[in-house]
Amino acid sequence: MFDSLSDKLQSAFAGLRGKGKLTEADIDVAMRAIRLSLLEADVNMGVVRQFTKAIGERAKGAEVMQSLTPDQQVVKIVNEELTSLMGQANVGMPTSPRPPTVVLMAGLQGSGKTTCCAKLARHYAQQGRAPMLVACDVHRPAAAQQLAVLGEQVGVPVYREDGTDAVGIASRGIAEAKAKVRDLVIVDTAGRTVIDEAMMDELVRVRDAVKPTAVVLVLDAMTGQTAVEVATAFQEAVQFDGAILTKLDGDARGGAALSVRATTGRPIYFVGTGEKVEALEPFHPDRMASRILGMGDVLSLIERAQQTVDVDDARAMEKKILGGGMTLEDFANQLKQVRKMGPVGQLLGMMPGFGKMKQLKDVEVDEKQLDRVQAIISSMTPSERRRPEIINGSRRQRIAAGSGTTVQEVNQLLAQFKQMRKLMKRFGKGGLPPIPGT
Amino acid sequence: MSESDDDRAVWAELFGLEAPPSEEDQAPRRRGLLGRLRENLSRPRQTISPQLAGIFAPRLITEDVWDELEEALIVADCGVDASLALVEELREQAGEGRITNGTELAGALAAAVGRQMAPDPPRIPLTASPTVILVVGVNGSGKTTSVGKLAHRLSELGQKVVIGAADTFRAAAIDQLAVWADRSGAQLVRQAPGADPGAVAFDAVSSAKARGADVVLVDTAGRLQTQRNLMEELRKVAAVVGKADPGAPHETLLVLDSTTGQNGLSQARLFGEAVPLTGVVLTKLDGTAKGGIAVAISRELGTPIKLAGVGEKLEDLRPFDARVYAQAIFSAPE
Repeated sequence: MFDSLSDKLQSAFAGLRGKGKLTEADIDVAMRAIRLSLLEADVNMGVVRQFTKAIGERAKGAEVMQSLTPDQQVVKIVNEELTSLMGQANVGMPTSPRPPTVVLMAGLQGSGKTTCCAKLARHYAQQGRAPMLVACDVHRPAAAQQLAVLGEQVGVPVYREDGTDAVGIASRGIAEAKAKVRDLVIVDTAGRTVIDEAMMDELVRVRDAVKPTAVVLVLDAMTGQTAVEVATAFQEAVQFDGAILTKLDGDARGGAALSVRATTGRPIYFVGTGEKVEALEPFHPDRMASRILGMGDVLSLIERAQQTVDVDDARAMEKKILGGGMTLEDFANQLKQVRKMGPVGQLLGMMPGFGKMKQLKDVEVDEKQLDRVQAIISSMTPSERRRPEIINGSRRQRIAAGSGTTVQEVNQLLAQFKQMRKLMKRFGKGGLPPIPGT
Repeated sequence: MSESDDDRAVWAELFGLEAPPSEEDQAPRRRGLLGRLRENLSRPRQTISPQLAGIFAPRLITEDVWDELEEALIVADCGVDASLALVEELREQAGEGRITNGTELAGALAAAVGRQMAPDPPRIPLTASPTVILVVGVNGSGKTTSVGKLAHRLSELGQKVVIGAADTFRAAAIDQLAVWADRSGAQLVRQAPGADPGAVAFDAVSSAKARGADVVLVDTAGRLQTQRNLMEELRKVAAVVGKADPGAPHETLLVLDSTTGQNGLSQARLFGEAVPLTGVVLTKLDGTAKGGIAVAISRELGTPIKLAGVGEKLEDLRPFDARVYAQAIFSAPE
């Protein structure tokens, strides 16, 4: 995500690099490039104007003009301004001092409200809360059914009724939650366009009925210039408290995040990063800023690793791998753990510098290929995994047949593994191979 | 003359079917969509940007107008490249003396945008029997609703419709489609949630052939265009459909949410690489969203816009009329 914006900013700065000292004209050129790249990233026109003005003024100040590394100074300023535009730190969703906390979800059609409800419920259930979902989308066919299925998936009860009285369903849902001593109620509502007065009015009445602790605007990360208009309209109608940005796992540049934060002042609580119910992450404005600048998102990566990897295991493994003693069994385990953190392509995108490497631009991580690798290793006997050198011709044929692959693929994997083991041993001895592109 | 007669004639034209008996002429039907769009667009908050109204004022064109026009197009989500190109084109016309004031500029812009988005009136000819229409797009763009509305329109015109519920991933997607099938009297071919979408699509086409149905609508699961494996799955669905009936799918429509920004280009490009697109369905054109990204898509990829939806009601999905759209979105209000 945000690849294109960081690429653009980097090429804007490429012109500044290596010049030593800057003229005002140089800075103007860079600002124009930044302006265009922000617009192409769907950042709202008004926000872009404000932003480039602030940066331009600072960049023309002495701190940049007299600096020996002016490009880095500009990057620093852009980073600081981006961060302040998006809010300084992660803001959590508020909780009510007197349970239950009631969260009202609102947004346009197709923004991802229903899915988000389930993700939130799962997120808070894992933190020991007792959530309940209330299905108040009485307009889209089968919307309540969708919430019921998702509720079951995440193990959270769902209150639903037939009929079209969203306000009544909402109030009875809250009453039910109180009776069942649930401490968090998430109310799903129908998608609506902001110009539909009757529907906006329904939302206001639902809000007045449930008296939410927080009204949450669900916003598609792919939204264009309308994002600001939409957010402003929802703010006027129901005074939302914060937003969730969905579908951020695609290649949307996500200017909507910047725009909404900057114009409404409302924080973004979470971001949706996939179709599965666990794909919900807290929004970190500072991390997002460095990510936009192509500085990678190492912190998110580390956090994901901590959630999925056992530290002691990892230490023991590191020793073994660097000592050259890795077996195919270890390799399969490592692969499994890494893949648990998410698609490998997505993980690579979080690594600093990867956005910059032209050579890696077109590298696609073929998840199917990884599936085949796992299948091949699974088709080996334990002793084969421990001592790959015993795998002869007939064993290769058996493994290929067992894993639904070809002998060539088995050969390839074995050769690669041998290579890798050698390389790791060198790593262990401190002989780091040069990294391309640096 | 009733709205529904009028609707039917427009749809019959799109599908190349005999127009149902009706005493319609062209004028009222234009007023139909244009009126609705205008109605949406002219509500207080939703007028076309005050900026555009200023540009299109009947005064002489000044140098500032071009910058303002460029900004207005970008604000409509046309994107930097397409906006610059459009401004350049109009500027040339002005240089030749063909545009001298704001009113002429409004007309010329509408014409240029119309030429770009749908050079010819859109057609989805039902020449094959059955004609297989594959509907694809990102999550939440409005595929299932569009399939439901299409099924309804086709049934109204006396076509026998089969719907393939190949979105086996999203919870309750099949139930949602079942409601639409029920409303339109179309036959729904479904399997259990989580089933192989290719198998569902294959069944739908085979079943349509066996029953002598006229049209098969295949609804697919929403997927972000960057998800390689899911795009591969989509490619497979199209291939399987082709196995059930050589030549199918005859139409592959990308459903695009009008609120989408520049990511729409990536959507059209990557979906098109997986399954060659024959057209775009532009949904949720309610007035705040101008759908300008469709201008960029047709400019860069040549994919025509075939259908447009202005709202949730059944009659809000219509064959795309580029002139009406351009006038409603980019012209000065009357």
